[in-house]
Amino acid sequence: MTQVNRLDGGLIDRDTPLDFTFDGRRYGGFAGDTLASALLANGVRLVGRSFKYHRPRGIISAGSEEPNALVELREGARREPNSRATMTELHDGLVARSQNRFPSLGFDLMAVNDRFSAFLGAGFYYKTFMWPKAFWERVYEPLIRQAAGLGALSGDPDPDVYDRGFRHCDLLVIGAGPAGLMAALTAGRAGAEVILVDEDFRAGGRLTMERETVAGINGADWAAEAAAELVSMPNVRVMPRSTAIGVFDHGIYSVLERVADHLPVPREGTPRQILWRVYAKRAILAAGATERLIAFDNNDRPGIMQASAVRGYVNRWAAAPAERIAIFTNNDDGHRTAADLAAAGVEIAAIIDSRPDAPASDVAELFAGAVVSNSSGRRGVGHVTLRLADGGRKHVSCGALAVSGGWNPNVHLTCHHRGRPQWQENIAAFVPGDGVPPGLAVAGAARGIFSTAGALADGRDQALAQLAELGIKVTSATVPEADDTPVKITPLWHVGGTGRAWLDQQNDVTVKDVGLAHQENFRAVEHLKRYTTLGMAGDQGRTSNVLGLAVMAELTGKTIADTGTTIYRPPYTPTPIAAFAGRSVGRNFRPTRLPPSHHWAAEQGAVFVEAGSWMRAQWFPREGEVHWRESVDREVLATRRSVGVCDVSTLGKIDIQGNDAGAFLDLVYSNRFSTLPVGRTRYGLMLREDGMVMDDGTTARLGETHYLMTTTTANAVGVYRHLEFVRQCLRPDMDVQLISATDSWAQFAVAGPNARRVLQAVVDSQHDISNEAFPFMACRAISVCGGVPARLFRISFSGELAYEIAVPARYGDAMIRALMAAGEPHDITPYGTEALGVMRIEKGHVTGNELNGTITAHNLGMAKMVSTKKDSIGAVLAGREALVAEDGLCLVGLQAIDGDHVTAGAHMFAESTPVDAAHDEGYVTSAAWSPHIGASIGLGFIVRGANRHGETVRLMNPLEGRSARARICSPHFIDPEGERLRG
Amino acid sequence: MASEKPDHEGPDRGLSGLPGGKPKYSAFALARQAMQYHQGWQRAWRDAQPRDEYDAVIIGGGGHGLATAYYLAAVHGINRVAVVEKGWLGGGNTGRNTTIIRSNYLWDESAAIYEHALKLWEGMSQDLNFNVMFSQRGVLTIAHSEHELREMSRRVHAIRMNGIDSEILGPDEIRKFVPIINIDQTIRYPVMGGFLQKRGGTARHDAVAWGYARAADDLGVDIIQNCEVTGLRRNGRRIVGIETSRGFIKTRKVGCVVAGHSSVVAAMADIRLPVASRPLQALVSEPIKPILDTVIMSNAVHMYVSQSDKGEMVLGAGVDKYNSYAQRGSFPVPEHMISAAVELFPVLSRLRMLRHWGGIVDTCPDASPIISKTDVEGLYFNCGWGTGGFKATPGSGYVFADLIANDRPNSIAAPYALDRFQTGLLIDEHGAAGVAH
Ligand SMILES: Cc1cc2nc3c(=O)[nH]c(=O)nc-3n(C[C@H](O)[C@H](O)[C@H](O)COP(=O)(O)OP(=O)(O)OC[C@H]3O[C@@H](n4cnc5c(N)ncnc54)[C@H](O)[C@@H]3O)c2cc1C
Repeated sequence: MTQVNRLDGGLIDRDTPLDFTFDGRRYGGFAGDTLASALLANGVRLVGRSFKYHRPRGIISAGSEEPNALVELREGARREPNSRATMTELHDGLVARSQNRFPSLGFDLMAVNDRFSAFLGAGFYYKTFMWPKAFWERVYEPLIRQAAGLGALSGDPDPDVYDRGFRHCDLLVIGAGPAGLMAALTAGRAGAEVILVDEDFRAGGRLTMERETVAGINGADWAAEAAAELVSMPNVRVMPRSTAIGVFDHGIYSVLERVADHLPVPREGTPRQILWRVYAKRAILAAGATERLIAFDNNDRPGIMQASAVRGYVNRWAAAPAERIAIFTNNDDGHRTAADLAAAGVEIAAIIDSRPDAPASDVAELFAGAVVSNSSGRRGVGHVTLRLADGGRKHVSCGALAVSGGWNPNVHLTCHHRGRPQWQENIAAFVPGDGVPPGLAVAGAARGIFSTAGALADGRDQALAQLAELGIKVTSATVPEADDTPVKITPLWHVGGTGRAWLDQQNDVTVKDVGLAHQENFRAVEHLKRYTTLGMAGDQGRTSNVLGLAVMAELTGKTIADTGTTIYRPPYTPTPIAAFAGRSVGRNFRPTRLPPSHHWAAEQGAVFVEAGSWMRAQWFPREGEVHWRESVDREVLATRRSVGVCDVSTLGKIDIQGNDAGAFLDLVYSNRFSTLPVGRTRYGLMLREDGMVMDDGTTARLGETHYLMTTTTANAVGVYRHLEFVRQCLRPDMDVQLISATDSWAQFAVAGPNARRVLQAVVDSQHDISNEAFPFMACRAISVCGGVPARLFRISFSGELAYEIAVPARYGDAMIRALMAAGEPHDITPYGTEALGVMRIEKGHVTGNELNGTITAHNLGMAKMVSTKKDSIGAVLAGREALVAEDGLCLVGLQAIDGDHVTAGAHMFAESTPVDAAHDEGYVTSAAWSPHIGASIGLGFIVRGANRHGETVRLMNPLEGRSARARICSPHFIDPEGERLRG
Repeated sequence: MASEKPDHEGPDRGLSGLPGGKPKYSAFALARQAMQYHQGWQRAWRDAQPRDEYDAVIIGGGGHGLATAYYLAAVHGINRVAVVEKGWLGGGNTGRNTTIIRSNYLWDESAAIYEHALKLWEGMSQDLNFNVMFSQRGVLTIAHSEHELREMSRRVHAIRMNGIDSEILGPDEIRKFVPIINIDQTIRYPVMGGFLQKRGGTARHDAVAWGYARAADDLGVDIIQNCEVTGLRRNGRRIVGIETSRGFIKTRKVGCVVAGHSSVVAAMADIRLPVASRPLQALVSEPIKPILDTVIMSNAVHMYVSQSDKGEMVLGAGVDKYNSYAQRGSFPVPEHMISAAVELFPVLSRLRMLRHWGGIVDTCPDASPIISKTDVEGLYFNCGWGTGGFKATPGSGYVFADLIANDRPNSIAAPYALDRFQTGLLIDEHGAAGVAH
């Protein structure tokens, strides 16, 4: 395998040869190569096909802006479509394939699109495919969709893992070119905590690609030394292969570190990538600049590249894009490319400088005032056609054309807070304008300071300014000597012609498309972008936007400054979505919370169900029980007959303290809590501001200034957040503190006629919990099992004599075992959420099923709980006429008749009305089989329900075509007087 | 109340082109133009200069505003209309949304307006002679828990009773319908079932704005871009005109359709709307070959996804937890929705995100919109569409035009009047609009 275009020199490691394949063919390269440089070294020019016309496409750039050289990397489940060859570090055995072609890259049938391009111009699909109407979905759209997309996903789950992490620093420096290195050195030497990130694997930015001298040595060597010094500083962290992809509020930057993309597979135990969230007090954007192309007819042929990329391939990778290269420029930088090619011994076909006053060249034939007007060649450029200053034409044969249209500062991150770049005439480019995120400074080429010396000095100066703001002193900060020649440019955006001249090469947008957009009045920059798809490709317009704007500006006669620019959105470069998910995938998608008695329940063979993020025991099957209902019925009956126990730790617990705790609760609850005596518990109803019920639960007063609120399991977080909002935003004046205590306490409900007896066996004897000393709704701090601190609440969800006993969470496991042992003489029965549900429905207690966000206290029959004697959140709006109307929905019980079943979700209809929306009277919210009653029962809301007890209704399930009949009754199926729970 | 059939479903003007005389769009026209180097295409709309006076002015050149102007002209014959847009038309939420269209809402009032809209969508490309790429590829909402299944069945019954198509799918049917979904029952939130509206789908958002703009312009409507409304001039209790960055415009009817900025404009007439403005986040991936031919929504894991005709995966999630006018992407919400996406579709893991962004949505306490007269005579508001107003665009524009033309709401718009926040006759669609769009 000979690398036909490999030169001498370069920053590659010739002692480490590597093998790789592209479209099944084997090639060789070296460590330090990218896939792009290795392909070029092997003489491969054709690497892809464009999106729409399937035109042959080659490598354009040497960086992350690459729009063309997108390939599928790796195999099997690790396949990665749309990977930039320019950013892919070569590793041994790397497998890459071209994409968006059939059957092969060389012969792509879809290239017929190119023949029909006259029909397929900008926005053509808006104008057609409308007749016949039915064809859009059946014929046209499927065809369009089949043609869509570039690469394909593997279809398999990803075997790699990803991480998310957090880092903090005084100064984040983005980009390790001369400006960034100098900024990091300045700050690092001053002792600041610095993070320096760069997407490249080698520090130096452009210095790695140029033949320049810094501080008397080769620029790349200077960069390496600077990086080594930074790495040696304990206060500096250098992060190669790391891209700052977004700027968020409060100085938060997201940085994607590609930990293992340069390896065949990630090392055992390491992630493929890490998405860092960097909290930076200050940041400097030193992201450099990107060279523009110049549009001319057929300027998209493989081999037509950025001049800076050509130079970079030659200098850094010792890979010549072709044996004979022509240069097309509108500025001095093109001449630098010529000098470098000459120095490397690459033949220069010609220098075409559009400026009549082009500087003379001593390395190649110069055509001043000339332009390249066309190209030709099969699957790659073979000739370019020049239009000479005198109007004559000339053909120049070449295997590559290096194009220099000027430089665009990489301002992208400055736009992430919707900042708008502004036009700077002397460099003919957009530089950062208004709205740069606070705390972010821009240095070097990223703000249009293009010379190396200028960038170095600016890097230092920006760092000094940032350090001064942070109060960090700097004693001396010298800048090494470097090249300081200014680059003169006379803008040239496109060369007129009759053919197609490409602006956005990935999305196939041409100068003509911009013309059409202009003609049809899609002239606003955003309309231009959306109508033609200019700049919407994977490079977010880094290689196309400014060209497109300039063409539009010419057509409208406005200046580019007045035409304006679209702005960039995060991420800076396309980022694998898995990195955002990190380890929150699969089972770990959300944390799994285990109640304190989980292990004990698992030992009992419990069946679990997810509630919120908790795994709760659903029921505890016993030997011989085949249907879950057998278990649940048994648990219900045993509890009602003797005693049952259930882990209720998952209910939200919020500890509320402070002099204004009572007043605070009066505000957030519709009923009053400030008058609750210490040692008592009260049921509370919490309303949203709009008067709808938000949550309910009991709150205990543990001390004069100390309350403990419980919430439903599902709303634990929501209620806590709401209370914090009230505390911090609505009533910051109140002396009240909140903390979630949900995880701190293990809490068990002990319910049934024998509940007290069981508890008396575990509660330490000095605490009297007799009915007289500890009546219904009492609460108290006690101790259990010989001194374990505990809290006891006499509250009941089941309607039985019941307690809830809480111990610090770490005693939860011991507590359930102690309760089971103490309950043995009474045949204590553990019960799960199903039995809990059955008992609460039998008792007529509401839960999330009923509190669905559209229900008022009035609907629940609890209107009286909304105190009118005090102000509380939601009280006013709860009183609106339609919400308190007599014919509104009302909570009722439902008992199925004739052996029918009540099903939740069914809608209710009177006996003989049509089943349609107009006659819909209400709906079923909860349903259960009640072993106590021996029938299927439920709860639901029906209009005028309170006055309809005894009436028969139909429960309709139109979808399944099922219906049932049920009798309306009180929602309290058992013990409506509440005698059991007071006993 | 059953949904009423809209009295206007749009003439099928496809065959004759637009009445005002714009050259017709068709395959033949395209072919003919291709021969003539596309020299003959006209401006889709004029860049109108503000005139001194109009019969009606619509503030906000989003889809809703443009549709309102179009129907004012097309249905009510009111042509002296201006649409005043502070930026470029379609640049608000119309150009930022994830384009999900469906009509399977819980309440009858919602069914009426969203179904009215859906019917208009079904003929929109033909009506406007502009292909808006409305694609009825189905919207599938997934349930992950018993609780959700229960809620779902109540909802689906209600939807069915309103005569709107809806069906329930079990995990195996879902798998058949969406092969890439993970229905493994051992994952954290297994797919337990779902309901599908086959007539739901997506459309090309920009095309909707452009199509309405072109058709409205064809009927004489002035579309005025880069013109910000800075004041609402009143005389006593009646509106007499608007102050703009390009001068005063006299008019006796002002329809305000400015979505996320409704409270700001309302304040110009000393009106305080019950609207909270918050950023809503969305993102797209790089284009890939087709893998998903429907829209998937999941409330429990908080995300929804579809694949555009270009091949990009389009993902969205919930709103930021705080009020803000910052039209940009935030960090935590995308993180959250992406892990949800990877959870449901593990095959997406190595796919790359291309862009993410946010738009300001205007939400009412009951998650339903406001289409209403105000205390100021001649001033009308259409807002509060929150996270889900794109789907309503044609229906919203249609009934709003009707309200402005007749100064009284029709039966579809009536329940959406502002006074419902006083009477409590709310249309609570939190369940239907939570994540869902
Ligand atoms: C990320 C995201 C995803 C969404 N996804 C969906 C979805 O999948 N399905 C769905 O149905 N809906 C969705 N929505 C909601 C939907 O986008 C909106 O409800 C709908 O587009 C609103 O349309 P509009 O025309 O009212 O508003 P906009 O398109 O926002 O138009 C309002 C216009 O008013 C202009 N304006 C504001 N102030 C002034 C002033 N003072 N003077 C002049 N002009 C002014 C603005 O510039 C803007 O152009 C989503 C929204 C977002 C942000």
